[in-house]
Amino acid sequence: MLFEVPSLESLNLGAALPAVSLTFGVCVLLLVDLLLVPKDRKEITAWLAVAGVVVSFVVNLFTFNTHTEAFLGMFVADSFTGFMNIIILLTAFLGILLSKDYLKRAGIERGEYYTLMLMSAAGMMFMASANDLVVVFIALELLSIPLYILAAFRVPDVKSEESGMKYFILGAFSSAFFVYGAALVYGAAGTTSLPGIFGAVGTIVQTGGSAAFLLLAGAGLILVGLGFKVAVVPFHMWTPDVYEGAPTPVTAFMSVGAKAGGFAALLRIMAISLPAFTLADGQPYAAWQQTFWIIAALTLILGNLVAIAQSNIKRMLAYSSIAHAGYILMAVAAAGTTGLTNDATRAALIYLLAYMFTNLGAFGVALAVERDDGSGTNLEDFVGLAKNRPGLALMMAIFMLSLTGIPLTGGFIGKWFVFKATLDAGLVALAIIGVLTSVVSAFYYVRVIVNMYLRDGEAETPGESRMVNWAVYVAGAGTLIMGIFPFLVTGLSDLVTVAASVVR
Amino acid sequence: MEAVSTPTLTSVVLFIPLVSMFIILLFREDTQSEYIRWGALIGSLLTFAASILLWLSYDPAQPGLQMAQRSTWITLSATDATYNISYYVGVDGLSLLLVILTTFIMPLAILSSFRSHVLVERGREKLYYAFMLLLEWAMIGVFVAQDLFLFYIFWEVTLIPMYFLIGIWGAEERIYAAVKFFLYTMAGSILMLLAILFVGTQAQSFALPDIIAKVQANPDMFPFSGLFSTQSFLFLGFLIAFAIKVPVWPLHSWLPDAHVQAPTAGSVILAGVLLKMGTYGIVRFCLPLFPQASIEWAPIISVLAIIGIIYGAWVSYAQTDVKKLVAYSSVSHLGFVVLGIFALNSQGIQGGILQMVNHGISTGGLFLLVGMLYERRHTKAMSAYGGIWKVMPVFGGLSLVIALSSMGLPGLNGFVGEFTILLGTFGSPYLGFFFALFATLGVILAAVYILYMFQKVFMGEVDKEENKNLPPLHWQELAVLIPIVIVIFWIGLQPGTFFGSMDASVNQLVTQVTSAASSVVLR
Repeated sequence: MLFEVPSLESLNLGAALPAVSLTFGVCVLLLVDLLLVPKDRKEITAWLAVAGVVVSFVVNLFTFNTHTEAFLGMFVADSFTGFMNIIILLTAFLGILLSKDYLKRAGIERGEYYTLMLMSAAGMMFMASANDLVVVFIALELLSIPLYILAAFRVPDVKSEESGMKYFILGAFSSAFFVYGAALVYGAAGTTSLPGIFGAVGTIVQTGGSAAFLLLAGAGLILVGLGFKVAVVPFHMWTPDVYEGAPTPVTAFMSVGAKAGGFAALLRIMAISLPAFTLADGQPYAAWQQTFWIIAALTLILGNLVAIAQSNIKRMLAYSSIAHAGYILMAVAAAGTTGLTNDATRAALIYLLAYMFTNLGAFGVALAVERDDGSGTNLEDFVGLAKNRPGLALMMAIFMLSLTGIPLTGGFIGKWFVFKATLDAGLVALAIIGVLTSVVSAFYYVRVIVNMYLRDGEAETPGESRMVNWAVYVAGAGTLIMGIFPFLVTGLSDLVTVAASVVR
Repeated sequence: MEAVSTPTLTSVVLFIPLVSMFIILLFREDTQSEYIRWGALIGSLLTFAASILLWLSYDPAQPGLQMAQRSTWITLSATDATYNISYYVGVDGLSLLLVILTTFIMPLAILSSFRSHVLVERGREKLYYAFMLLLEWAMIGVFVAQDLFLFYIFWEVTLIPMYFLIGIWGAEERIYAAVKFFLYTMAGSILMLLAILFVGTQAQSFALPDIIAKVQANPDMFPFSGLFSTQSFLFLGFLIAFAIKVPVWPLHSWLPDAHVQAPTAGSVILAGVLLKMGTYGIVRFCLPLFPQASIEWAPIISVLAIIGIIYGAWVSYAQTDVKKLVAYSSVSHLGFVVLGIFALNSQGIQGGILQMVNHGISTGGLFLLVGMLYERRHTKAMSAYGGIWKVMPVFGGLSLVIALSSMGLPGLNGFVGEFTILLGTFGSPYLGFFFALFATLGVILAAVYILYMFQKVFMGEVDKEENKNLPPLHWQELAVLIPIVIVIFWIGLQPGTFFGSMDASVNQLVTQVTSAASSVVLR
């Protein structure tokens, strides 16, 4: 039969409920905002959006440690999905808190903003649970298109328009790469289902020939497509301009969310369906590991070195986020070593969680310092912050130390596990590049602390926003709790077993 | 003694400073600054009292860890088993004296800040004392931690308060010095992080005593085949981090900047305790974990140590700034400590550990003296002084004792340490006569620059108008200097008390190093 209407049971909606409930919430929110919320009371929409996130978060707790498939095997709900969902939903939650007062200050308070943000978050969640290349692609588009609009949300500000346009054009390119790669993989494996590809890889490796090359090329193009999303070198060019031009809460949201989504897909495709793809039978590491290794090294070096030269906090954090993509990519590369897939994936998840708290917090402080007209984002504007806003300055210091990877912060725990995975995988040179670039990164992170605490001056900050303060403190608490009680996070991540979930 | 999971005295000593820090954070800066100051002092004195109890309940005949506590912190999964990162603390003969040195120096540093003018000028007193206590917590942690992960955490955390102490309350070039300090130390320690990860994964444990036991059982665990092999690289990973902290020549260039720019209390802690973390780390980690590499590298590092001894002394002599002179003298003194450690025999290492304490006390004392002069005259140039002894006789007398102790006069503490180190170096099968000979040159040079400094500042006529009416020592300043002078005499006349407490542990360490090394045939 060519087309079969699936029964409701076979869809198994319950397994996909966190993502489905958020999607449903977005649709309701769109209507409610349009019909019921008055124009001057858009904060109601913000609260409704928070409610949607909270519902999805609670549902996610119930489905966290299951392992079931939904939508006829195109969607998988396992602990990896559950962990990613936590990261994505927290990102959305903090993103909304950061946005509420900022939108009013900047005079761009419109209800669609929250709808778009949640839509993008739903895309990320689908990405994390995709079990089929087609779903990955749809989720990628669902993730990206709202972000293009959000980046340009500050019209008629030229920088914001440029940001949206640039992001859109490059994003469209990258999607095309991804689709082409997916097509080649389909050509080699004869299926788009990720477990199906995993099953086909064994035969492809043994017979070799054109199928192996198709698979290699396909994997490469997929890496290009997703590499744009997570901003690794050499696919990073758009990042500084887009991050600088986009409204700051949007930058915060996409610097974490888009990366989380992109890495979720990369891990699913590379570490879960292609870990056994070797060029010679019996090789202990996957064929793509070398490429990832080189890209990770380039990303680390370029991101950290160029960040030194930045004088604008948003651009600096943009390059820093490129560098952090490099650290996560180290873990992904390590996942290519046979037997390490689970450990390395856990390391990447822990790193992402730490990065989520820290980076959102840092952007939160940057946003609190930014003036209503969008100026005040230079590093010089942080001079004297410790005197004017001691609480915010303390938090910013913690975030900067966490990004550097100093102990007692989440960033250190993330680095510890990523470096451990890299060393276990035998990628010693990559690990050394990783630690040396961390020293370089200390240089520009510490400069922010120098400006806030060591230099004399008065900081001019706009009026306090309680929402932003809350978001920053939540992020700071998350960073510290991860650093002081790491067993909370490792206990959670130990539940994540990706490799076993596909082998059957 | 077995490690327990209930808190022991070690944990009590470790956590009093942290608790005190949280208590003083509760006070209001504008109206209750007295409480903040005295709270910090009382907190550090309580820590000192607890550490004395620690010493009294320590059994010197036992070589192993005492009053140890071990609780699981993070469980790590490996392919065939799980292993733990734990909160694992305890003291033995190698660390006991350094813990007490830390708790001894801290109250003095805090008390000396009471009258500091930078605190009045720059304010933020609460932050200052909070950082002092945080620093004390982290430094004690470095000395008592027995888990590599825990050690690394404390090691890195010491960086933050020191960075702020230099950066906020330092002299004119403070930002440059603070950033340089931060980057140098971080560059070294992050390589150590990789080595720690490698050692931990290889040994399937992060607990130091367990890893040492495994190394003893299987000396080939970190394969060794010469100056450049796996074990040597791991050894260097640790050593470079420690050598930057010590600092061993040629990695010393952060030190003069940091010392000169730091506020008095900062310099005292830096010289008194922080530098010892490096030499302690070598004894604690490099030697027992990588015995063959330690032996193979001993002559090379000893040469660097001797270059440091002579270079430090030479450059000290050339200084016109009295604080810089003392700073460079640290490079020279710590060269002795490193030399003693790499003699790899009992005398050398015992002398090294005692010399760590000695240097902490006498150089800490010298920085306090410089600070007191600076509070009165607001200059560190030696040419601005002269004849101070005539104006401030008590101060002059105390200064003479401390200066002579730093120089190594027999009967005072410095002599005992240096003499034992030279004896160890001479008798060491890895070093020998020429190393001892060149190191002795350093002893002579020390006399030159210390006496030169003393003569320029304290002797001669009072020829500057500003120096004629310097106020005499305040009782708080006396309270800072007198304990130092007492300890200087105590160690100098009764060194047995101190050697006795480390004897068993050091002998065990030396046996571990030599037996592990001799059981492997060098390829």
